Amino acid sequence: MNITLETAKELGLLEEEFEKIKEILGRIPNFTELSIFSVMWSEHCSYKNSITLLKTLPREGERLLVEAGEENAGLVDIGDGLACAFKIESHNHPSAVEPYQGAATGVGGIHRDIFTMGARPIAALNSLRFGNPELKRTKWLVKGVVKGIGDYGNCFGVPTVGGEAYFYDCYNQNILVNAMSVGIVKVGETVSAIAEGAGNPVFIVGSATGKDGIHGATFASADLTEDSEEDLPAVQVGDPFQEKLLLEASLEAIKTGAIVGMQDMGAAGITCSTSEMSAKGKAGMRINLDKVPTRQADMKPFEILLSESQERMLIVCKKGREADLEAVFEKWDLECEIIGEVTDTERLHFYQNGELVADVPAEPLVLGGGAPIYKREISEPTYLSRINSFSISSIVEPSDLLATAKQLISSPNIASKRWIYEQYDSMVRTNTMTTNQPSDAAIVRVKGTEKALVVTTDCNSSFVYADPYKGAMIAVSEAARNIVCSGGEPVAITNCLNFGNPYNPEVYWQFENVIKGMGDACRKFSTPVTGGNVSFYNQTVLENTAEPVYPTPTIGMLGLLEDHSKRMTLHFRESGDLIYMLGEHRNNISSSEYLRHVHGVQHSPVPYFDIEEEYGLQQTIKELISSDMIHSAHDISEGGLFVALLESAMAGGTGFAIRLDSEIRKDALLFGEAQSRVIVSIPVNEESEFLRTLELSNQNYQKLGTVTDEQLSVAGNDFGIIADWKAVYDNVLGGVLEAV
Amino acid sequence: MKFGVVIFPGSNCDSDMLHVIGQVMGQKVIELWHKETELPDFEPGDCIVLPGGFSYGDYLRCGAIASHSPIMKSVVEFAHNGGYVFGICNGFQILCESGLLPGALLRNTSQKFICKNIHLRAATQNSPLTRNIDVTKALKIPIAHAEGRYYADAETLKNLEENDQVLFRYCNEKGEATPEANPNGSLDNIAGICNKTRNVFGMMPHPERASEMLLGNMDGRVLFESLLATESLV
Repeated sequence: MNITLETAKELGLLEEEFEKIKEILGRIPNFTELSIFSVMWSEHCSYKNSITLLKTLPREGERLLVEAGEENAGLVDIGDGLACAFKIESHNHPSAVEPYQGAATGVGGIHRDIFTMGARPIAALNSLRFGNPELKRTKWLVKGVVKGIGDYGNCFGVPTVGGEAYFYDCYNQNILVNAMSVGIVKVGETVSAIAEGAGNPVFIVGSATGKDGIHGATFASADLTEDSEEDLPAVQVGDPFQEKLLLEASLEAIKTGAIVGMQDMGAAGITCSTSEMSAKGKAGMRINLDKVPTRQADMKPFEILLSESQERMLIVCKKGREADLEAVFEKWDLECEIIGEVTDTERLHFYQNGELVADVPAEPLVLGGGAPIYKREISEPTYLSRINSFSISSIVEPSDLLATAKQLISSPNIASKRWIYEQYDSMVRTNTMTTNQPSDAAIVRVKGTEKALVVTTDCNSSFVYADPYKGAMIAVSEAARNIVCSGGEPVAITNCLNFGNPYNPEVYWQFENVIKGMGDACRKFSTPVTGGNVSFYNQTVLENTAEPVYPTPTIGMLGLLEDHSKRMTLHFRESGDLIYMLGEHRNNISSSEYLRHVHGVQHSPVPYFDIEEEYGLQQTIKELISSDMIHSAHDISEGGLFVALLESAMAGGTGFAIRLDSEIRKDALLFGEAQSRVIVSIPVNEESEFLRTLELSNQNYQKLGTVTDEQLSVAGNDFGIIADWKAVYDNVLGGVLEAV
Repeated sequence: MKFGVVIFPGSNCDSDMLHVIGQVMGQKVIELWHKETELPDFEPGDCIVLPGGFSYGDYLRCGAIASHSPIMKSVVEFAHNGGYVFGICNGFQILCESGLLPGALLRNTSQKFICKNIHLRAATQNSPLTRNIDVTKALKIPIAHAEGRYYADAETLKNLEENDQVLFRYCNEKGEATPEANPNGSLDNIAGICNKTRNVFGMMPHPERASEMLLGNMDGRVLFESLLATESLV
């Protein structure tokens, strides 16, 4: 086969990249080699358009045990000789084409990133974005994704403890599926993704290699178009049972002490794992592709190299210890084959039936090595001026607040996500403390210690669209607020950056500003970035116009609760308790679900936000929780004050009676989404001490009213009983999705 | 009473069971690998637990392959000799597949996996597992399954009733076994049963997930307490 620039372009490479490859090799690559470069230099594997900006994020902290991007996931010291490995990753394009397998393998992939480091996954979260739920296609996508996540995670045996789901039209074709895994490992017992020691054998373990997922990384690195469904074979197929066996076998194999390095096979399969492990250890590998167990006969070298078949690991074993490794995989009835050895050539030599089919240097293939790095053009999006021209005075204040409130909770963005989360096993492993007593973040106890992990995923992408800088700060702040309201201390984040095409200057402007905002907020909360993933090209091309999705930088935050008896819950505990709001009422309805759902105004500025105020609020909450003064804490987010009150009341099976003493518009008071506000309930006898604490910490607050048995009353108006609200709130989403 | 928890490939509630029996209830408990062919450390009066999960991926049919696992021969023999065997969720499915319990567990009527708290009520105190349970009280215990719809033919069902083999029924908070309180379409709201000789128990709900204060639900603990009380009676 004659390799030309055209061949390179067909594989997604640029002309300058093709030139660079020829320079590196000193010759024209053959097709197998070109395929290797094309996947390794794809956006997905190389971060070529994002890495420069990602490096501006704060990536250092006392607790961090590995540097961002250094291993498969972030690793944080949580004390007691334990560390937490955690990471979030996207599986957007596969899920948009084949929602069930796309989402399932997204879950499988992220868990593998955790246990390849030697950590046992103990919790999963996800962050989902869909289009208009009334659309037939959206219903199909939601059902497929939820079943995919459920079937994989439930069988794998790791509880799905938290997550979020939003429905905006910009995701109609290009949904987002971000999955997060959180694991625990003893400090010092982790395994690195490294190849060292010439002569050490290289094993492939787990499932056999098939033709699924070939060019998956390249598929993820191009615009999603109407023709994308033709790329269906680029979607992988998952087998959670194999993954469960692989998990147990891998952790057992680590204990034998026979393992030098291990890496899971995700994007770009054998190519990526061999090159990254070799580059990391400044080593090389000689691999015999004919030794790789395959599902089909006669697979071509590039197919074996690029296959993204799931549930596989590459292991470098200490020479002479092969039998120990083989015994473990034999016990778990898994394939375990020596496919080559480590060399000191710093090159990858792939053979098939004795013939050298590819000879490439490892270092130039990988991120941080020779992979290309670009910074793209930016230009401030023109839509911003339209957004910023919005004025609250253009919105007529509704006269019937009760009817408005009812309308608002029927929005799928507000209503309970029960239809989704009841399909996930949230309790297996018996550590989930938030099943029976929910908090703003999920709380997962760490057995054998007094500690719990407090975890959450957050991003309101409509805020980020309206103001990428502030929107990203809000995403980080909300995550931290959720953790603080649960009694935890924010520790670190992982991020999943979902954007449109980076070659679109407006998209790149969004990206740059999001990174700035995220960095500033992470510095403020001392939550360094431990890693994550970038997913560009999330947009839909319809009739030749490309509409990027809202910039969606999902934050997965890890928090720590040193003493799990100090956790805080969100439910109103006792009738008669006093309800206070920390923070201030703002005359602001910008970017609220109320504005979108009730008034049909899709775009408006970002809501009120001040990071210093936010920081102060979180310190106050910590103080209140540590001194056992409050009965509940719940932050005000989508749906505003009213929905926050409703959620605390539904969780506690109580009602509430509140006054609205303010000059501010009633709709802004009840439904506005100004940031940095938290609702707390306190026993009456704590009031004076509580108020003294607030004054000492200069915390703004409003007294709202009291917790009642079941009746709701707002500014003297009868708002009915809690059971009736719950009946609607619980069933809206299922009703919409199940409707034919 | 000594406990053994069988680990099949794909079991995933094994460590939960080990934790609750060992740490929470303070009992002696050992792991049993599915490839073992004998149970030398166990005698009648001890209890073998088949935990929840997805044994063998639940491919073919839930519990079908596991019921042919090497260890199951010994478990069946152990049961026939009067030993206690307790299967939860996938363990219940395996017991039905292996013939130790009558009936079968079919796909939920909703066709979906369901994980949530439900209520159930003990239908009899005449079993080691329910001995200490107040039969008028609704217990809140979670379920987590896609195939939990208990089914048996009319005659089997009649025998179950006549022999007082139904241990638990799904009910509402008030303890009423209504159709609305039935989460998966089980016949007669059946959530758990025992064999004729009352030493083999199977149930879909997970009492081990409701046995610790820290998790906010202690309703499942009474099942383990009942089992242990049995020992002192023997």
